[in-house]
Amino acid sequence: MPAIEILGLQKTYWVGFWRKRAKRALRPFHLAVEEGEIFGFLGPNGAGKTTTLKLLMGLVFPTAGSARILGMDANDPRVKAQIGFLPEQPYFYDYLTARELLEYYGQLSGVAAKDRAKKVEAMLQRVGLPDAGDIQLRKFSKGMLQRVGIAQAILHDPKVVFLDEPMSGLDPMGRREVRDLIEQLKKEGKTVFFSTHILSDAEALCDRVAIIHLGELRSVGVVADLTASMQGKVELIWRSAMVPASIRALGAECHITGDTVRAVLAENKQDAAIDALRLEKLRLVSVTPVRATLEDYFLQNLGTENAPAEVMA
Amino acid sequence: MNARISHIAANTFREAVRDRVLYNLIAFALLLVGAAILVGQISIDIERLVVINLGLTAVSLFGMLIAIFIGIGLVSKEIEKRTLYTMLSRPVRRWEFIIGKFFGLAGTLVVNTFFMAIGVFAALLYVSHHLQRPDAWLLVALYFIILQLLMITAIALLFSSFSSPLLSAVFAFSLFVIGSFAEDLRGFAAMTKGLTHWVAGSAAYLVPNFSALNVISSVAHGEAVSRQLVFYNSAYALFYAALALCGAVLIFERRDLK
Repeated sequence: MPAIEILGLQKTYWVGFWRKRAKRALRPFHLAVEEGEIFGFLGPNGAGKTTTLKLLMGLVFPTAGSARILGMDANDPRVKAQIGFLPEQPYFYDYLTARELLEYYGQLSGVAAKDRAKKVEAMLQRVGLPDAGDIQLRKFSKGMLQRVGIAQAILHDPKVVFLDEPMSGLDPMGRREVRDLIEQLKKEGKTVFFSTHILSDAEALCDRVAIIHLGELRSVGVVADLTASMQGKVELIWRSAMVPASIRALGAECHITGDTVRAVLAENKQDAAIDALRLEKLRLVSVTPVRATLEDYFLQNLGTENAPAEVMA
Repeated sequence: MNARISHIAANTFREAVRDRVLYNLIAFALLLVGAAILVGQISIDIERLVVINLGLTAVSLFGMLIAIFIGIGLVSKEIEKRTLYTMLSRPVRRWEFIIGKFFGLAGTLVVNTFFMAIGVFAALLYVSHHLQRPDAWLLVALYFIILQLLMITAIALLFSSFSSPLLSAVFAFSLFVIGSFAEDLRGFAAMTKGLTHWVAGSAAYLVPNFSALNVISSVAHGEAVSRQLVFYNSAYALFYAALALCGAVLIFERRDLK
């Protein structure tokens, strides 16, 4: 049984004074996330990531389709007790201290009173805020709020954790810690579904990713499989302070540093480039395949598309 | 009350307390005592009447203002600041959220009224040096004020469930003003005919009848309040508040939190 199952979910907002214009936020799509997976939901800003998460959390209602979490309807209160959610740029009751906020959310999530204080302390420790428990949240920095947000999402030991842009607003150390925490959640057997537009995070963490753009699901799969479909590139390094015109003609991107040239070009041009270097009697130092990244995948597949126009009803 | 509703109510109360609303009102109560001293000096024989009228009207007016200005933000502020996202992703039903918010603010208003009532009794004691038996009717007037506050809180919540804070404030305050003249509106409806009669009559029965809940003037004159009126007013106010809350729940249950 998948941990998360999206069945033809779609969302259209009616906008304008008379609510006559339809703005399609999400086209119907299907998706299944298996238990114990770290699943990345990727896309540029405005792609439909947050809308999907809001639909899964029951914050907005679908125009059509449905979603199931742990085999039950996503809006079933029994499901809500077993999920955790961190919204994008979270904002909490700023008149509460971090400890009071976690106590309150623990109460609402049904954490037993006898365990609550202990769990709150452990959670503050886990997100790196052991000494900030009694400070009001209005005095917290953005990064500290993000940590509190993560703490409230996992406080009640949920089976499925939804994180909307969990690394946003964090410094490199903070991002590293969140990555470690997500990996730790996986080790504890939890399913993690997180949205991000920071592709390196997804590449480092995810078992599988889905790519969404302009409200449409474009691809789902393991990162390596997605990038393998791209045209390969190779990096050539040779000793010289110049780039022969024949190499430039092959479309190579060249960078000269001292007496060394580094050129990146399409894999199928590799032999022609090596022949050109021999002809010029230049000393080849290395030939290395360049692994395509998710960023390359994005630029190649989504980079030229424009934002969607509103659909007239 | 279910546990989640009581937790939400307790948190709403805590928010109001930390917003320093209560402290403003304690300051108000002290100011009232000070005003009573002044009034005692300038009015002869009617000091008690003036203090009761002035004091209870102020309790009612300040309570209404607090109910409206906190009430209109109860839902819309949570949507705007997105605190609702982490709330509704938990096993909290939307109706529980609305009811919890209502009880939280209602609790705050009861505590406020209690402190302000202490101020009124202190002022009364100052001008007349002792309390009299008819002064007990002040408690009934205060009870009616609390009923009015429950109604306006529910109304503010209803508007807050679908409208912006500014519009909600305008709507709720307008209803408060119209409701304070509900008896006059009924009198006007009785004098008219045709479409005007129908429109004025419907409006008179739709708006909250705050004037029926206002017994300040009669208790200031030491007049008794009948048990029947206490019963009818209680039933009316609770029914009206429940109806407004149902409306708020029905709207909020269907609302997309963009």
